[in-house]
Amino acid sequence: MSPAHETRTRTTAKTSEAPKAAKTPGASKRVRKSDGGSAPDRSGAAHRRDLLHAMLRIRRFEERCVELYSAAKIRGFVHLYIGEEAVAVGVNEALTPDDAVVSTYREHGHALARGIPAEAVMAEMYGRTTGCSGGRGGSMHLFDAGRRFYGGNAIVAGGIPLAAGLALADRMRGQSRVTCCFFGDGAFAEGEFHETANLAALWRLPLLFACENNRYAMGTALERHQAQTDLALRAASYGMVSWAVDGMDAEAVERAAHRAAEGIRAGAGPHFLELRTYRFRAHSMYDPDRYRDKAEIERWKAQDPIERLTDRMRERGELDDEELAAVESRIDDEVGDAVEAAERAPEEPAGSLLRHVTSAPTEVG
Amino acid sequence: MGTSRTDERKTTYREALREALREAMRSDDRVFLMGEDVGRYGGCFGVSLGLLEEFGPERVRDTPLSESAFVGAGIGAALAGMRPIVEIMTVNFSLLALDQILNNAATLLHMSGGQLPVPLVIRMTTGAGRQLAAQHSHSLEGWYAHIPGIRVIAPATLEDARHMLAPALADPDPVLIFEHGVLYNASGEIGPPAASADLDHAAVRRSGTDISLITYGGSLPKVLMAADELAVDGISAEVVDLRTLRPLDGETIAASVTRTHRAVVVDEAWRTGSLAAEVSARIAEGSFYDLDAPVERVCGAECPMPYARRLEEAALPQPSDVVAAAHRAVD
Ligand SMILES: Cc1ncc(C[n+]2csc(CCOP(=O)(O)OP(=O)(O)O)c2C)c(N)n1
Repeated sequence: MSPAHETRTRTTAKTSEAPKAAKTPGASKRVRKSDGGSAPDRSGAAHRRDLLHAMLRIRRFEERCVELYSAAKIRGFVHLYIGEEAVAVGVNEALTPDDAVVSTYREHGHALARGIPAEAVMAEMYGRTTGCSGGRGGSMHLFDAGRRFYGGNAIVAGGIPLAAGLALADRMRGQSRVTCCFFGDGAFAEGEFHETANLAALWRLPLLFACENNRYAMGTALERHQAQTDLALRAASYGMVSWAVDGMDAEAVERAAHRAAEGIRAGAGPHFLELRTYRFRAHSMYDPDRYRDKAEIERWKAQDPIERLTDRMRERGELDDEELAAVESRIDDEVGDAVEAAERAPEEPAGSLLRHVTSAPTEVG
Repeated sequence: MGTSRTDERKTTYREALREALREAMRSDDRVFLMGEDVGRYGGCFGVSLGLLEEFGPERVRDTPLSESAFVGAGIGAALAGMRPIVEIMTVNFSLLALDQILNNAATLLHMSGGQLPVPLVIRMTTGAGRQLAAQHSHSLEGWYAHIPGIRVIAPATLEDARHMLAPALADPDPVLIFEHGVLYNASGEIGPPAASADLDHAAVRRSGTDISLITYGGSLPKVLMAADELAVDGISAEVVDLRTLRPLDGETIAASVTRTHRAVVVDEAWRTGSLAAEVSARIAEGSFYDLDAPVERVCGAECPMPYARRLEEAALPQPSDVVAAAHRAVD
């Protein structure tokens, strides 16, 4: 974390914008429990084991996706998160089931960390009825209203204004919930980010901007798409608390996200985290990845968030091979079951094509 | 419409819209209004004048000039259970929010497999006639009517201005309301809601037997004038006001053409690829054997809207153009 980027929160709150005390009763009725709900002791070995499990689960799930993609079981654009797992897992630790998450097209990690069952995510990649979007979304459009997981947006930066609206609704009803919006360094160049940053800071919205700076927008390096590559510095100019964080360290991400979420819940307005990370794989399954040299990728792979945490735990004597094998085998089973279930799941009938275009019942035709 | 007596029971299109907004905010505290200058300024066309005083700045929210961000914020707030009404100054500016309207509001329900309805209302001004030139005068509602997943309505009368907002808010899906700029000052006595205030049906504004004049929004007064002229010539024109541009009420259109056997479609937007083209195609598809003459179209000229009055008038459908088209079809 570089505290140099921390700006003072605005002290000139408008009286009309003061948080209201009353909660709207029953507003969180539809929210089910997710994995992110309870992490009382965040420093202990058990907690580190949870982080490791969560990251490994995402990694193995996606490695399986690669195989399935090669076998033409899943299609479309598939964007892997491999290398960035510490970001989704660390940020999720700061969120409760009542909070909201807005995601991008590189969202398997966000979805799994949020607690959407691997089975529902995998079934969606297969385009099956049991998929978390009923087969209409695919890899880039995962949704789970019950878990307040609002996509799944394949328009770069398109989810950012929407996140401001979720936060605005909470603000207007005096709820102390956080909306977390993930987006990339590429999205930082879009007007939608800057419009929303201004709006959120102006209205002191309870919004966490989680910027995944993996240094590339498809094939364009950060230096070639941002005039000022210090993104936290620029975000700070909107009057938001902004930190740059080592995004390859799950515990560091978690600490920063926690501090930010606490600030947001306390009414300090939006916070911005620049999570400095790297994707080990190509941008998507179609990308031959000709724009990065091998040495750079290897340098970052040496920072693998899973290995870093594993090493840390081994050094402390918190993890042995047997335990790690047990974790791996649990994940293997889960992912295997998810694939099997997806294979078995029914496909949506073509006659259901026009369902969910509007809320009105489908006309059969 | 168009007269200016100061009868106390009279109202204007602008006041009717305001009354509808006031009623909506009084009856449901989830409803709020958001947009550029809707608060202290009173709305750039004066529609929301006085609402800030009654409902306060939380519910009558002035936004920065950020069409994409505040329309997107409306979508997010709707997802979270609020009932936002977003005002965009004109349809030309809505293009800066097109991504949010098309890629989010219109698609989230489908992409999420039915999990995420977006109960959002977006109001905006459309149309020409006030010499505002090309960047403030276009009629792009037909583009929006192209998009599945949203509803597009165009209140043309005082009654519709007063009564269409409530069902729009009750609709679980996004509704775009297009208010034609020349209608704001239209005044008259307000009657009960025309037909029902449901958003599914076109309205027959004048019955006739010889020809159907099909139009909507700001063109309706002109088409009614044309119908008056045609009556003098002994031609009985039926005037159909589409009211809802998506989904189109094909049944009312077909029923009218079945009665009259002739049709003129009047639309201020450009002819090529227009809503008028869609209506004509539907008549050709569904009512071909009822037709006694080719369908006529009277549309805006295919040029950016000019500033000069004489040129602007030439670019817009005028009652005389409608009369001429009807004569071509009937004679
Ligand atoms: C508005 C828009 N422009 C372009 C694209 C094509 N595109 C998809 S991903 C991408 C790069 C985005 O980079 P970044 O925001 O850094 O996210 P990352 O892929 O690195 O996670 C581009 C240009 C798009 N999907 N949407």
